[in-house]
Amino acid sequence: MTTLDLSPAPGAAPLARMVLAQAGAEVRATLRNGEQLLLTLIIPILLLVGFSKAPFLDVEGPRVDFVAPGVLALAVLSTAFTGQAIATGFERRYGVLKRLGATPLSRTGLMLAKTAAVIVVEVLQIVVLVLVALALGWSPHGNPLTVALLVVLGTAAFSGLGLLMAGTLRAEATLAGANLVYLLLLALGGVVLPVSAFPESIRPLLEILPITALTDGVRSVLTGVGGFPMGAALVLLSWAVLALAAAARWFRWE
Amino acid sequence: MEDAAVEVRDLVKRYGRVTAVDHLDLRCRRGEVTSVLGPNGAGKTSTIEICEGFRTADSGSVRVLGLAPDDPELKPRIGIMLQSGGVPQAARAGEWLRLVSRFHAHPLDPSALLDRLGLADHARTPYRRLSGGQQQRLGLAAAVIGRPELVFLDEPTAGLDPQARHACWDMVRELRAAGVSVVLTTHHMDEAEKLSDHVVIIDRGRVVAEGSPAELTGAERQLRFRARPGLNLDEVLSALPPGSAAKESPAGHYIIEGQVDPSMLATVTAWCATEGVTTEDLSIERRTLEDVFLELTGRELR
Repeated sequence: MTTLDLSPAPGAAPLARMVLAQAGAEVRATLRNGEQLLLTLIIPILLLVGFSKAPFLDVEGPRVDFVAPGVLALAVLSTAFTGQAIATGFERRYGVLKRLGATPLSRTGLMLAKTAAVIVVEVLQIVVLVLVALALGWSPHGNPLTVALLVVLGTAAFSGLGLLMAGTLRAEATLAGANLVYLLLLALGGVVLPVSAFPESIRPLLEILPITALTDGVRSVLTGVGGFPMGAALVLLSWAVLALAAAARWFRWE
Repeated sequence: MEDAAVEVRDLVKRYGRVTAVDHLDLRCRRGEVTSVLGPNGAGKTSTIEICEGFRTADSGSVRVLGLAPDDPELKPRIGIMLQSGGVPQAARAGEWLRLVSRFHAHPLDPSALLDRLGLADHARTPYRRLSGGQQQRLGLAAAVIGRPELVFLDEPTAGLDPQARHACWDMVRELRAAGVSVVLTTHHMDEAEKLSDHVVIIDRGRVVAEGSPAELTGAERQLRFRARPGLNLDEVLSALPPGSAAKESPAGHYIIEGQVDPSMLATVTAWCATEGVTTEDLSIERRTLEDVFLELTGRELR
């Protein structure tokens, strides 16, 4: 039998090591989860290829130039909102958040790890989607840093909404709700269908959705039509502040 | 350094109109194994989870290793095993343990610990595919991997097969030998009796008795035997010294309490001879912790 030295030698690991370990575990869990990959990679790739190749869309210029930015925004939505909400909802349901709360990893550390994991997965998604789009003949314009800023704001807004859902609803309700919201925002938020395709009367409503702000902002930068998308950035910032504050206020760990 | 691992004074916890913990005092000494015994709903888990920092007390004071339960300084120093769950369903056993080990400064080697608890072959098995006993053992492993000073185990052997239960008991004994304080809840009397330095019996949120297993079971002995059911015990009682007691529980199992000495043995066997009764399994035993427990908490089901 193995002998173990059980004599007390307590101590917390450095915060960075704890956060890295937890973030690594979350990235592995995401990449291993088939349903998550469907939402984060397969659906975005199918939409990107399908709507770039098939003549469904009536847009100016090459179709891929319109579709690629929308699909990048969808990738952010799928990971920061849908994936995070579902994963965190089930972690709460199975007592994982409670158990982690009894380790030296603080709640702040856990949130840092979740954010880091979301960013890593987003970077992987963006690399894959950009390569596919380039293969489809995409010619992006604009400043990549502006796009990165919009992605960060979008991530903050969607993470806040996802955590708010995961921390307040039952896990099953979060699972259903997060998928439904994904589909609704995919359809309504200018991802592949331009918002101009919807009736005039509901457009103002669609334009204040975080997904619409993200798609419009990223699209205007990458198609090189406008300057800094101040409107989109402000909409995303407002969502981020409201959603994160609400999540901080109402999130229940158990 | 204070000598209490856990010091609970006048603790009260209510859920709505139900008082789960009712002015409870609990003191667990350092380096000892303390068992908290009680029927379901006695307030064991509420008390432990307040000590662990998962729940807050309505009133009373709680110090764990001299600190408040929600003190972040406390987390690395205590190890916790939940009654169930706490692990992502898809996480592999080895990965989960390695993850928890990375939160600690001087952790045990995760593979050695898995091996020690008989889980080496399941290192790559997802948590949801482990048996109940394997999940419990993984929970125990995660509780001790950070080399804590104090370990809380909430019903660590509930639902375990005998092998797994013995593995858990061995671990508790080794922890104690290494100088770790252990607080466990259980409703297995034999477990409390075998493992503990100190037993605290709680019922309806209050401590009803505490002491070492020997103190609780006392020096009192009993004469036990089996015979055909329905014997008239009044006759034998009248032949025994005053203060003796006799009962049949369950049917066909007889217990005689009082001054257990050769003369009592002679009286009882003489009475059996008169009645034409052949006794089986006649023995003189100390009261078990279970006897004490049932005496204190009653027999009715809850």
